[in-house]
This record gives sequence, C-alpha cells and structure tokens, in this order.
Amino acid sequence: MIETHYNSETKQRIERAIQVLETVSDPEIPVLSVLDLGVIRQMKIVNQLLHVDITPTYSGCPAMKVIELSVEAALLEAGLGPVQIHTVIDPAWTTDWISEEGQRKLREYGIAPPNTAERIARLKGDAPRIACPRCGSEDTVCVSEFGSTACKAFYKCKSCLEPFDYFKCH
Amino acid sequence: MIPKDHLFDFMLIHADTSLIISQRLSEWCGHGPVLEQDMAMTNLALDHIGRARLLYQYASELENAGRSEDELAFLRDELDYKNLLLAEYPNTDFAFTVTRQFFLDAFYIDLLDKLSGSADSRLAHIANKSLKETQYHYKWSSDWMIRLGDGTEISHEKVQNAVDRLWEYTGEIFQPAECELGMMEAGVAPSYEELSDSWHQRVNSVLAEATLKKPQSTWQQKGGKTGHHTEHLGYLLAEMQYMQRAYPGLDW
Ligand SMILES: [Zn+2]
Repeated sequence: MIETHYNSETKQRIERAIQVLETVSDPEIPVLSVLDLGVIRQMKIVNQLLHVDITPTYSGCPAMKVIELSVEAALLEAGLGPVQIHTVIDPAWTTDWISEEGQRKLREYGIAPPNTAERIARLKGDAPRIACPRCGSEDTVCVSEFGSTACKAFYKCKSCLEPFDYFKCH
Repeated sequence: MIPKDHLFDFMLIHADTSLIISQRLSEWCGHGPVLEQDMAMTNLALDHIGRARLLYQYASELENAGRSEDELAFLRDELDYKNLLLAEYPNTDFAFTVTRQFFLDAFYIDLLDKLSGSADSRLAHIANKSLKETQYHYKWSSDWMIRLGDGTEISHEKVQNAVDRLWEYTGEIFQPAECELGMMEAGVAPSYEELSDSWHQRVNSVLAEATLKKPQSTWQQKGGKTGHHTEHLGYLLAEMQYMQRAYPGLDW
C-alpha cells in the first residue's frame, strides 16, 4: 500500500517515515497507531516534498484533524520534511484495513475488534455474535448501536457482566 | 457534460440538507431521552456534518468564486438555502426526530447507492463514503420506528402523530428541481420516479411492521429546494450562524 520503489535515498526517507508513523497514535484509541488503523493510504516523494495521503474513518470524525496535525508534526520533528498531507476518500475506509496487530491491540485494550462474522450475520438478517474482549463469551448484547466515538458500538457481556466497546464493522 | 451550475445547485441541496439536519440533531446533545440515544443522535449529527463538508468543498471548487466551504455553510441568507423542508422541522419530541430521520434515511440510502455509480467521479466517491454511514443510520431509525410504533400505547400514538404531521414534507423530496432534471438527463443523477417507488416500498414495509398507518392525505408542501422555507429555518440559522456573523473569519 505504501510505495517504496525509489532510489535508495528516497526509499530511506519513506522507510524512516513509516517508522515514525508507528509512533503516532489515534487520539481516541491511543493503543492504535495511525498505521494500525489503516488511515495512511500512500506516501511518496515528488521534488523533495513528502506527500502523505490520509483517509478519514468516518466523514465527520473529529479526530481526523488531530491525526493530520500529529502526522505532520511527527514527520517534521524527525527531520523528514517538507511534508504535504492530502485527504483522500476513495476508496472509502473500511475496518478491513485495521492490521492484525491492530486487532490484537484493540482486544488487549478491552475493545472487541471488528468482526467479519458481523457482516455475514447482517447479510443473513441474523443478530451478530460479538465475543466479550474480557472473558471471550459470545453471550453478549448490544446496548447501543452508537458508542463513545463514531467508530464504536456499545455492548454488554452477559457472562461476566462487564460493559465493553465494539469497534463496529464498516 | 453537465452544466456546472446544475452540479453546484445539486451539491447545495444535499449539503444544506445534511448541515441543517446535523444542526437539528445536535440540539439533542445533553437532552436525549437516555444517554445511549443522546450519543446516537450526536453521532448521526457528526456523520451529517462530515457529509456536508465534503459536498460544500466540492461546491466551492465548482463555483470557483473564492467562497470557502465555511462561507457557503454559514454566510448565506435564508432564501439561498436549498435544504429539504423536512430537515428544518423542529425536533419536537423523540418520535418526531426518529420519524424525520427515517423519512430522510429511506431516501438517502437509495439516492447515495445510485450516486455511488454516478458519471461524476467526485460525486460518486462522496456518495460511496456517505452510503456506508447512511446504511447504519437507516438501521437505527427504522428499528426505532418499529420499536415505538409496536411499543406502548403512548409511544404508538406519539409516533403515529409524527408520521401524520411530517407526511406533507415528504412529497417535495421527489419533485425534482431544475438542477436535478438536468443531472438526470446527463445520467449523473438517478430517476426520481424510481427513487420515489423504492422510498414508498421501504416506508410501507417499516410502517406495517411498526403497526402504523400510512397517511392518506396527498396534499404536499414544497419550496425548500428553491429557497422558500418554513418559519423554522430563520431561527435555526440565527443560532447556527451567530459566531461567523459576530466574528467574521472566525477559525478554530
Ligand atoms: Zn465477558
């Protein structure tokens, strides 16, 4: 997804940029880096300018502006400027772009990661089974389709009785 | 080729509708009937403002007259807003808010689906992004129609009342404005007759499941798309535009 077929100097700059972006976190789910979240779509260097394409998770997500600023600041701080950030909406972001690493981090953080079984269940008109991130039980119930941020729904586990966030399929 | 002013007007109809419904929904912030629904409605508001921004940004580029997305959103007068009348109808109560949302979602879910294959690629991308969100909104609003309609005696009565009162604002959705006719001819927008059919199908099936009656009245309001609004819009704009008017060029 991130282009690296360049001469060695350019390649090095992009590789360093990737390392830097691994340390830039999502302001609302700080365990995820912007790379885990899958919002960085492309980086390339044209005439010494480092172009970074970022795609919004949800079109009104208030974290996007913060993410853009943190990405730019982190790259400049690492001496990788000049930088130009572009917002792209096509193709539209999907939770399928959250890395496996990201899924693991979400679960450890107490958020049930997006589940493709949900998508299939919805297609069939069944209620999706979302496993509790604390005890693993699938005996859970959706309290609200909308949670504390645009990307999450709110669930409750009937086995351990803990409430939890579910990163909904999108 | 689609005339640019048709495309521009089309963007405004849907950007304004999105902005105004967003403003209405956000009025619920801190006043929702329960915390989860307070959050649901503000989440809907956020998605709508995001969509409005994408459409205003495109409109601003099409117009190419130096008016920014903020100027389009906040510095026009009432007669220049082209939103659907339904969007400006006051929240009234939870049943009205759910019904208003349901009527709009049942339209946008099919419009956006069709537009995501539009010959205008920029519009297609915006529609595709918004469609995913609207599918989620539609699920919320249609679920609540059924829950309230097929709920208690009081919830049934309240939502039936909302359906009856809001019905006269639904016909306008499918009365194409000049720009919409132009876009249909150019194959950029879908046929409104088709959209009307699928809207009625959705509404019939949800109302039936909700044990609600479809109103028989055929008299319909119109005017939103040409800037002739109900008395409610002026008050909404006064509040929404206050900061930009009082502090021109205000930025975050
Ligand atoms: Zn549990």
